[in-house]
Amino acid sequence: MIEARQLTKTFRDKKRGEIIAAEDISFRVSPGQIYGLLGANGAGKTTTLRMLATLLQPTRGGATVAGFDVVRDAAKVRANVGFLAASTALYGRLTAREMIAYFGRLNGLTGAKIKERTQQLAADLEMDDFLDRRCDKFSTGMKQKTSIARTLIHDPAVMIFDEPTLGLDVMAARTIVRFVRDCRNRGKTVIYSTHVMSEVEKLCDVVGIIHGGKLLAEGTLPELRARTGETDVEEIFVKTVGGDQP
Amino acid sequence: MNWPNIATIYTKELRDMLRDRRTLLSMIIIPTLVMPAIMALIGFISFKIVREARATAPTVMLIGGDDSPAVRAALAANDKVKIVPAAADWKQRISDKKVRAAVELPAGFDAALAQGASAAVKIYNYEGEMRSAFAVTELRRFFNDYRDKEIAGRLERRSLPAELVKPFELKTENVAPPEKVGGNVIGGLIPYLFILLAFTGAMYPAMDLTAGEKERGTMETILCSPVARIDLVLGKFLMVLTASLSTVLFSLLSMSLTFLVGGSLFAKFGAGAAAGAAKTAAAAGPALPSLDPLGMLAVLGMVIPVAVLFSAALLAISLFAKSFKEAQSYVSPLIIVIILPAVVGMLPGVELNAKLALVPILNVSLVSKELVSGVWQWPYLALIFGSTCVYAAAALGLAVKMFQREDVIFRS
Repeated sequence: MIEARQLTKTFRDKKRGEIIAAEDISFRVSPGQIYGLLGANGAGKTTTLRMLATLLQPTRGGATVAGFDVVRDAAKVRANVGFLAASTALYGRLTAREMIAYFGRLNGLTGAKIKERTQQLAADLEMDDFLDRRCDKFSTGMKQKTSIARTLIHDPAVMIFDEPTLGLDVMAARTIVRFVRDCRNRGKTVIYSTHVMSEVEKLCDVVGIIHGGKLLAEGTLPELRARTGETDVEEIFVKTVGGDQP
Repeated sequence: MNWPNIATIYTKELRDMLRDRRTLLSMIIIPTLVMPAIMALIGFISFKIVREARATAPTVMLIGGDDSPAVRAALAANDKVKIVPAAADWKQRISDKKVRAAVELPAGFDAALAQGASAAVKIYNYEGEMRSAFAVTELRRFFNDYRDKEIAGRLERRSLPAELVKPFELKTENVAPPEKVGGNVIGGLIPYLFILLAFTGAMYPAMDLTAGEKERGTMETILCSPVARIDLVLGKFLMVLTASLSTVLFSLLSMSLTFLVGGSLFAKFGAGAAAGAAKTAAAAGPALPSLDPLGMLAVLGMVIPVAVLFSAALLAISLFAKSFKEAQSYVSPLIIVIILPAVVGMLPGVELNAKLALVPILNVSLVSKELVSGVWQWPYLALIFGSTCVYAAAALGLAVKMFQREDVIFRS
């Protein structure tokens, strides 16, 4: 379960002064649900998700993730979250097995538990062929699978995905989409940020449209369609954010 | 602080680093093989040059003195210099190093001596040039002897005792223990090398574990784990410290070996060489092994807080950078900052005092010079160790603080 309450984040920039990256963002995501955060580049998706993953502290407002407060119990939040982003890479000089085990240990798992989980994840994700090879030699697909295994090693209740398909080819992107759906089917609480409209249609139960740091609209796709009078997701998005920009 | 987590991070970083060829190169191969090889090579070449220079008599041009056959004959008989005939462009020839020195005899030199008068002999040299210096030393020795003989003759002719012109003898004798002599000669060099190696050893891993991780995207991955940032910094810091100290340790081991093996080789060379060369080897010989081994260990002990200071400061600075390249541009100029106080410590005449004992790096450089000489100044040692620990703790504090700053971690 994720509950964001007026999450706000401001940054100070020497040249531009105070920048509001996210402002009063509130939403709820229940277990077994995928919440899609749809927005253009620089809309505030990454900042919002980083606050939920406790990488950034909110300037104002707050959030509860898996029952823990993101400010007061940051470590407990992280212990219950799997965070996968295009920017979260692997250690190139470690093997996939070592990478997974490293995060298992940091999540407090015992050696036996890590072994058991690694075996299970490797079987689920078809990783056996490259489990003992170094990550820097991996194809994009292998890297994705290893990253997924890394986020799942401690079997977190909440999954946060920040544009995980960014820069991936079709096949690698499909693996991710399948995996996100799997997470929902296993009853995990999932939040998924993207600017790819087709992914929203394929995956998300609820969609939040974020623009200029503000959550402008929220609802299921049929609800958004009814509200905007548009059927195409792209048109819904454009209409919500105030039309085409020059 | 969660020690199991710190240990997990440290172990992973260690494994990661040991698989990196660049780290192995800067941590083990360069200090173990390259540094002593360079030192041995420089030593061997300079030894050879000095030996050859001493073995071959420097050419000296004789100007004037056509009317003084006695002194000319004495000079020609001296095989330590090679007399060449005068030429009009003698100054140019000295500058071109075709002739090492020139000696100018005034007209009627022999006659002036015979009459008991005084004459002035002038030596021309090329200041700062080794062979020219050899020629001058030899010419001075020759003319001093020549003058002494002349004085003795004049006194004898007047039936006066030799003591008349020698009211007292002046002698100098070294009372410093051999370690002290060795300490002063290379005592400044060893801590200087250790300080420099402690820095260069920490440099690459510090940049790789911070800016490098940011650049590769693994920093965000590790920040997503439940590990606390303080544990993350400490794990990384311990790794950088390990690299720094290993670099010092490997170089110490290999330098000791070089001295042991090289020292005996040096002695052999000296015995087989010409008389002059043997003297050089004998002079250099005892200085090398006579460094106080306990003092050397103490130097290593003093370098530990310096390595802590370097590791923590380098981590904090490199973390600020967005990329490895940017980190390099911050860190590389620091080498000059490190070298300066270490070099000042090597200068002769710079002595330790209470104020200098508080200047980081310079204090360790100065006290180490004393330590390898077998001199233990306990109050200074305590002050320096203590102050360096304080600086190191402050640097570590800064590194922890930097890791907690969002604008540093996610600087873009």
